[in-house]
Amino acid sequence: MATFTLSVVTPEREIFSAPVESIQAPGMEGSFGVLANHAPMVAALQPGLVRITDADGRELRLFVGGGFFQVSNNTAQLLADSAEFASDINAERAKQAEERALNRLAGKFEGEVLQRERATSALQRARARSRVAAGR
Amino acid sequence: MASLRDIKRKIRVVKNIAQITQAMKMVAAAKLRRVQERVQKGKPYANTMAELVGTLAPSVKDFSHPLLTVRPVQSVMVVVISADKGLAGAYNSNLLRLAHRFVDSQIAQHGAANVRIVSLGRKANEYFAKRGYALTETFPAIGPDTPYDTIRAVSNTLTGQFSVGQVDEVYICYTEFVSALVQRPETVKFLPIEPPAAEEGDQKGGRSDFIFEPKIEELLGVLLPRYVETRVYQLLMEATASEYGARMTAMSAATKNAGEQIDNLTLIANRTRQAGITKDLLDIIGGSEALKG
Repeated sequence: MATFTLSVVTPEREIFSAPVESIQAPGMEGSFGVLANHAPMVAALQPGLVRITDADGRELRLFVGGGFFQVSNNTAQLLADSAEFASDINAERAKQAEERALNRLAGKFEGEVLQRERATSALQRARARSRVAAGR
Repeated sequence: MASLRDIKRKIRVVKNIAQITQAMKMVAAAKLRRVQERVQKGKPYANTMAELVGTLAPSVKDFSHPLLTVRPVQSVMVVVISADKGLAGAYNSNLLRLAHRFVDSQIAQHGAANVRIVSLGRKANEYFAKRGYALTETFPAIGPDTPYDTIRAVSNTLTGQFSVGQVDEVYICYTEFVSALVQRPETVKFLPIEPPAAEEGDQKGGRSDFIFEPKIEELLGVLLPRYVETRVYQLLMEATASEYGARMTAMSAATKNAGEQIDNLTLIANRTRQAGITKDLLDIIGGSEALKG
């Protein structure tokens, strides 16, 4: 099958760079898939699961905490706020982080709209992450 | 004149100091390397991000975003990036002198109540607190291992206060990293941001043939805060690299000075020892001459 080049980068490092067959990513307006020779596209991502099928047909699963995806001329970049391979996530710890985020959101915010928004998106991230870790 | 014992003790002390400064120099060098590696690793993300913003922003007409809004300036925020520790040569004092002058000029323009100071690093915090300035927020200094989330929190403080209109401009005082030997303190206007200029080649074709999901306006809306984050990250890492560069240079100079002092002291110690022997000999000879007589 035709392949295209994909690199997954976070602000701290490049975590993946190789030719791949396909990628499926959680777009803000719904999940989408990209194969080789895709039309040029820029998309915003929400926290969730990214599935990559590499050149050998193996499936890689990773969690991204939101970000952007860009593809043109068979070169794709995934700019992730944070990214981890599903196998590297400790499911137990992810669950705990989710509970912490939930507790924080239950606290008082006294008109601090920004903080509330931040806590909400932190919870969304934590939920998505523990879902990815649990393999769902 | 100091006794031989005093001089020998002094030599021991200076040797200990030299050992410590030598160790600090090595530590600073190692940390500098780690910071530089980190900057290197972050480059792909930062570059792609800048490229994306640079090509998207010009293709939207009349685009407005809280982070781009130019308002009449009534209040400003000054972010001062310093170190937690001293012993880095003139790193902190140069930066703080610049920041102090800048803050005062802003206060003269907008009044003390309308200038918010945010400090990073204990040195900036102490400097301004001691002189009676009110600090809006303080953060510890950034090091080579500071997690990205901490940097994100710093960025959120700046963008948050700017986008709700509490401040109309944000300035950052940091130290530019020219090389491991040369660092230059600088003040830059940080917000409202000016999007990076698109490269010539991209400009012609534009990005009109791209599919955007969601709409390009919304996309830029989520992109810009991320872009600001990477800029904050870059500035912080550069300041950190400067800190360790300055410390390395300072400690290497200190080690060299200690070596010189050890040489001088050893010379004095030998002279004192010799003078002592000569005196003893004269005494003995004098004594034996007297006995003969």
